Amino acid sequence: MSKHIVSMTVNGRKVEEAVEPRTLLIHFLREKLSLTGSHIGCDTSHCGVCTVDIDGKSVKSCTHLAVQCDGGEVLTVEGLAQGGVLHAVQDAFYKEHGLQCGFCTPGMLIRAYRFLQDNPNPTEEEVRAGMAGNLCRCTGYQNIVKAVMTAAKTLQQQEKVAA
Amino acid sequence: MIPPSFDYHAPRTLPEAIKLLSDLGEDAKLLAGGHSLLPMMKLRFAQPGTLIDINRIPELRGIKEEGGQIRIGAMTTENELIESALLQQKLPLLPEAAQLIADPQVRNRGTIGGDIAHGDPGNDHPAISLALDATFVLQGPKGERQVKATEFFHGTYMTALAEDEILTAILVAPFAAGTGYAYHKLKRKTGDWATAGAAVILRMKDGKVSEARIALTNVAPTALRATEAEAALVGKAIDAASLDAAAAAVRAICDPAEDLRGDVEYKTAMAGEMAKRAIQAAAARCK
Repeated sequence: MSKHIVSMTVNGRKVEEAVEPRTLLIHFLREKLSLTGSHIGCDTSHCGVCTVDIDGKSVKSCTHLAVQCDGGEVLTVEGLAQGGVLHAVQDAFYKEHGLQCGFCTPGMLIRAYRFLQDNPNPTEEEVRAGMAGNLCRCTGYQNIVKAVMTAAKTLQQQEKVAA
Repeated sequence: MIPPSFDYHAPRTLPEAIKLLSDLGEDAKLLAGGHSLLPMMKLRFAQPGTLIDINRIPELRGIKEEGGQIRIGAMTTENELIESALLQQKLPLLPEAAQLIADPQVRNRGTIGGDIAHGDPGNDHPAISLALDATFVLQGPKGERQVKATEFFHGTYMTALAEDEILTAILVAPFAAGTGYAYHKLKRKTGDWATAGAAVILRMKDGKVSEARIALTNVAPTALRATEAEAALVGKAIDAASLDAAAAAVRAICDPAEDLRGDVEYKTAMAGEMAKRAIQAAAARCK
């Protein structure tokens, strides 16, 4: 069971590590790279707290091997804020109180980020469908949906200012 | 949970993958989307010595029309089915049904071929393939063969796929104009397998059913084609009597396993109900 050298970009930083094939991406991120923002919840690809972005797509990193990311680009919740400034999605979760205990929040944030890249002007119903792979046991989802809608508006305004 | 140790190969071409598979024998498993296999490995229900990751083989992906058929690469993901303009236009049952499978993240990884080849009666594509009268393309060291969906599913986790073969593509004829379709799936929550599901494809002529194909998810050791239910509809208008007859024929072939989703009686009743709803929805779409 020889180790494989994998190289990938994580949050804009090139990393190269030797990993066993059985190393799951979530363990690679948390234990090799000390990126503990992505959490381990159900460990069976249901709850979504381990969600990260791989090559522009939301993926549950508890059900993905680190070796499969060789040559890929990974974005985790740690990569959202830039220069100490919260990303619009993070700011919206803060302002709309889109969390209580916070355990699901990293997965919610990185999923909301990708969902809004794919669908910048969603309806509330689309937000609920788009976020359906992330479970929250505290909020009842109302404020999470509000936060994603708010983030959509902020991101649209930022686009306009930039254009 | 961490899976047991295994060796890992990620071939770039199909011949390379087939060679690995036949060289390594039954100790090797193909890794498609991994959302059935990796959880099974974590739980030690599966302990392959080698994984052959077929995610980096471009020829296994993509959807195209050729020779009057739609060819769907086995490694096409559920989200790619949903987003395909070609399928939305020519086989709209597939993108619509795929939206009922798993959740957005899982649909980025889960593939149509993996869903079929796994042989799990709880998966949705087996019944959908039966309703679509799909043909599966299998490739092994001795070459290529084609197997109809109706001949493919032998039992739970048992299919016509030999140990040294790879399911490479799914072939389906595009819908004729005016075809009605629906997939109804009762589930407890997002991401759940069906308590019962029914895929229906209908054609109507002068207010009567001229062709019907009905298939069922998760109510027997394999997906089931409900030929008696189809026969109960052909030549009839869609009304209370024909719906009841079709639902009764559906219930008659159900053999579900009792689990947390319900007991045998409940699942059987729900299969009839899903079939009724899908028949009505399909009929409403017939032109």
